[in-house]
Amino acid sequence: MSRLLSLILICFTINDTRANEDPQTGLIMDAGWELVRANCGGCHSYDIITSQKSDRQGWEEMIRWMQSSQNLWQFDPKTEETILDYLTKSYPPSESRRRAPITKTLMPLN
Amino acid sequence: MTKPNPDSNTIGIHKLYAEDPISADKTIWGRVTNPLTRRGFLKNSGLMAMTTALGSNIPFANNMPAGLIPAAFAQTDDAFNIYGKKGLKILNDRPLNAETPAHLLDDRVTPSSKLFIRNNGIPPSIPEVTSQDWVLKVEGESCETPKQFTISDLKKRFKPHTLQLQIECGGNGRSEFYPPAKGNQWSTGAVGCPEWTGVRIKDILEDVGIQKDAVYVAYEGKDRHLSGDQNKRPISRGVPLWKAMEEESLIVWGMNGDDLPLIHGAPLRMVCPGWPASVSGKWLSKILIRDQVHDGAKMTGQSYRVPCEPVSPGSKVADEDMCIIESMPVKSLITFPKSGIDHGLNESLKIRGHAWAGDLSVKKVFLSIDFGSTWHETLLEDPVNRFAWQHWTQDVTFPSEGYYEVWARAEDEQGVSQPVVLPQWNPRGYLNNSCHRIAVQVKA
Repeated sequence: MSRLLSLILICFTINDTRANEDPQTGLIMDAGWELVRANCGGCHSYDIITSQKSDRQGWEEMIRWMQSSQNLWQFDPKTEETILDYLTKSYPPSESRRRAPITKTLMPLN
Repeated sequence: MTKPNPDSNTIGIHKLYAEDPISADKTIWGRVTNPLTRRGFLKNSGLMAMTTALGSNIPFANNMPAGLIPAAFAQTDDAFNIYGKKGLKILNDRPLNAETPAHLLDDRVTPSSKLFIRNNGIPPSIPEVTSQDWVLKVEGESCETPKQFTISDLKKRFKPHTLQLQIECGGNGRSEFYPPAKGNQWSTGAVGCPEWTGVRIKDILEDVGIQKDAVYVAYEGKDRHLSGDQNKRPISRGVPLWKAMEEESLIVWGMNGDDLPLIHGAPLRMVCPGWPASVSGKWLSKILIRDQVHDGAKMTGQSYRVPCEPVSPGSKVADEDMCIIESMPVKSLITFPKSGIDHGLNESLKIRGHAWAGDLSVKKVFLSIDFGSTWHETLLEDPVNRFAWQHWTQDVTFPSEGYYEVWARAEDEQGVSQPVVLPQWNPRGYLNNSCHRIAVQVKA
């Protein structure tokens, strides 16, 4: 019985991702995400997007850096606008802090 | 398939295989299967990596289906780990970057299975790195007689040295900076101290002759740019001549008594310990003796540089005001116990870990169990050789039940110590050497 319970628990844990994340890429499925999927996975994995946090200017700088030195192509203005809107909304910086508490995964269970 | 919880530490080989088993085969092992049968190892690609990791042959390798995790690696309680897979946290799979949780860095000598992976591009294939034709060219403006060496030339002509040397990614700890810095969001695990075998860079440079105007020694490797552009290098960095001439700056073919694993730079890599590990170039094919500060990929602009003068968090800093990182700062890790354990009241807990300090040695390591209010000096060992990390240990008993944090703080030979909060913010999030903290719940 406890084995069954832990099995259910495991399944539950595995499925405990934000419902609006694309299972293949991990991208948040908000307006414009397909454009990001189409334009941003050629060279690197999507993890490097979903692990970053930045404001609009920061995201734009990353795109400019990739365009100037990493062979990223130029976007038409509408595509670029949509991509920047998406990144800025989906992956903004968290609130300011001096040093965060020890991360949740490294805490005692109780 | 669902993507694992991003907070989880246990992603790794399973996540890679869940997302795309065929590409996981290629990412982890360099394996390409027969396109018709989807079985086997095309041109033996990846077979050696997989058998090396398994520690045995795969008798029916030609029948092995694509995208299958070898059962030995699917067992979480298996006796061995493999590099970049079980236990390591994968930050990015293209390029592959993975770090080691602190408690898995407990070994005195870091096994290759537990050494972090930091790739900037696409590594060369197994057939390339196992070829007998691999040569190391030595050239550059300040090289008197350009030469090239096969690996057996290096082994025959120069005296081999075996040393335990620590390397740490310049961006280790980046995830804690605010405002956030772009790049792989390393926590504490992009560091390790394996034992390396090779020859001194100095001996090779003296063999080819160093002109008087030499100032820098740089590397080129055989990894490829992520975009596939043949004219671009993913990374080509270097060190000032004096650092290359140190007795512990090596070109190595061996790690912990074995050949270098592919993912750690086979068949040759540089190891210039104590500096950002990006100066320890992998898949080494060329050494350049330069008459100027090297200007290869990730030497210039903002890469591996910090503001020459301190700046307020979030500042924009012009390229000309950024200085190249040289020695890494003093740092320590608690490798036992694992953060998050329960511990019995009145029972002694033997806490241990390592400490290192770039070009310097560590003089003292302290522990605090009261959020930095009081500090207690630990028993610290000397390094086995210069640039090896130093082990420390301390018995601790807790005065009451409750939630404790154990903090470790090292001090180098010049009296410089790790900060408790974050050190100087910098645009790319390098050099976070704030003290390591673990959590312990004490129960009666």
